Amino acid sequence: MDADPLSNRRPETGAFFQRDLGWHAPAFTPGYKTSVLRSPQKALLSLDNTITEITGPVFGHNILGELDNDLIHNFARPGESAIGPRIIVHGRVIDERGRGVPNVLLEFWQANAGGRYRHRKEGYLAALDPNFGGCGRTITDEDGNYAFRTVQPGPYPWPNGVNDWRPAHIHFSVFGHGFAQRLITQMYFEGDPMIWQCPIVRTIPDHAAIETLIAALDRQATIPMDARAYKFDIVLRGRRSSMFENRMEGN
Amino acid sequence: MVQPLNRFRETPSQTAGPYVHIGMTPNFCGIEGAYAQDLGALMVNGKTQGERITVRARVFDGTGTPLRDALIEIWQADAAGLYNSPSEMRGAADPNFSGWGRKATDMESGECIFETIRPGRVPFRDGRMQAPHISFWIVARGINLGLHTRMYFPEEEAANAADPLLARIEHRSRVPTLIAARADDGAYVFDIHLQGEHETVFLDV
Ligand SMILES: [Fe+2]
Repeated sequence: MDADPLSNRRPETGAFFQRDLGWHAPAFTPGYKTSVLRSPQKALLSLDNTITEITGPVFGHNILGELDNDLIHNFARPGESAIGPRIIVHGRVIDERGRGVPNVLLEFWQANAGGRYRHRKEGYLAALDPNFGGCGRTITDEDGNYAFRTVQPGPYPWPNGVNDWRPAHIHFSVFGHGFAQRLITQMYFEGDPMIWQCPIVRTIPDHAAIETLIAALDRQATIPMDARAYKFDIVLRGRRSSMFENRMEGN
Repeated sequence: MVQPLNRFRETPSQTAGPYVHIGMTPNFCGIEGAYAQDLGALMVNGKTQGERITVRARVFDGTGTPLRDALIEIWQADAAGLYNSPSEMRGAADPNFSGWGRKATDMESGECIFETIRPGRVPFRDGRMQAPHISFWIVARGINLGLHTRMYFPEEEAANAADPLLARIEHRSRVPTLIAARADDGAYVFDIHLQGEHETVFLDV
């Protein structure tokens, strides 16, 4: 595939830094019951990246529709909009070296302002909003920046303990440049006391790691008389320079 | 004191949860109109080069029950062994083959079906050729960090025997967990076991 003709950055071909599995949640986290039968029990096979993991598809901005980054309107009837506190979520995707990562596909999904998902497996009694679908997507710019508009989701109860509730959150799928960079995570909101009570949040062992999932209220980016803003930066795995690597065959 | 490295730490993963379809395959779960079609639903078109194959995959939990709420992405080389990626420096891949597919497992059967092509061979880091393979990435409710694994082909016995990744598997009895079966209709069947006697070899890559 040709590199983006508008970019003067050369595609990178180095292997990704080893993933710090002690920073992520372990697979087996009994406080989150579903993980008990879905967690591999044997050791993973660790392997330096081959070209299979170093490469990955890159998505062009041409896949995006005009309203893909606007959850307030992308499912609403003409002239109407979703109900709830209007917010902008914005930030930057960087890698572990601090470099902005361009052309990252970000997909997000969330409950509506009442905490209800539009999904047939959803059982919460809160009302659906006929004008809210709950999905959106965007692609980062040359510097790794992204932004989208939505309504702040509500907290919701879920079957784990008798009375467990999820803090308000937005799910993110992040597609970097290599298949080994693939990441799914969740964003939380500054000031929510329920973050620290959540069994899914608490699968992550390190307090500082959890704090990186909490978006800050960003009053500077607030749009007067329209929407508050939250800033959520995302870090993907960094990669080695390929300068000193053994050259792969045909390279 | 020494100079700081100024490195950042990767954003921690969280489970995709039960509603992953809303964000990643909205048409599959009835949210129509947001996107024209689900991303990754079609990997091939009429002009794609290579032998058409079908891969049927399932993911089983520790009781042997198939996951009906998982999402699988696959990534593979084209028929000539080139990846359709800006980081592919060995040549231009088939423009009619994305190499990437995404499917939700069926909410009843737990199966998902990829219509793709047989991948060509790609080199290992030291230049040895790897056996043909397809990379899998699995996320679902209850999985805290997406799982990487690979599917190999059953009839590639010689290539599999010489494959550098398969050779790294210490317990040889586990090698078959990465090799698909072939069904009567010619489709490849890849069953992924999260736990148990037949636990699939998952990769830290
Ligand atoms: Fe959720």
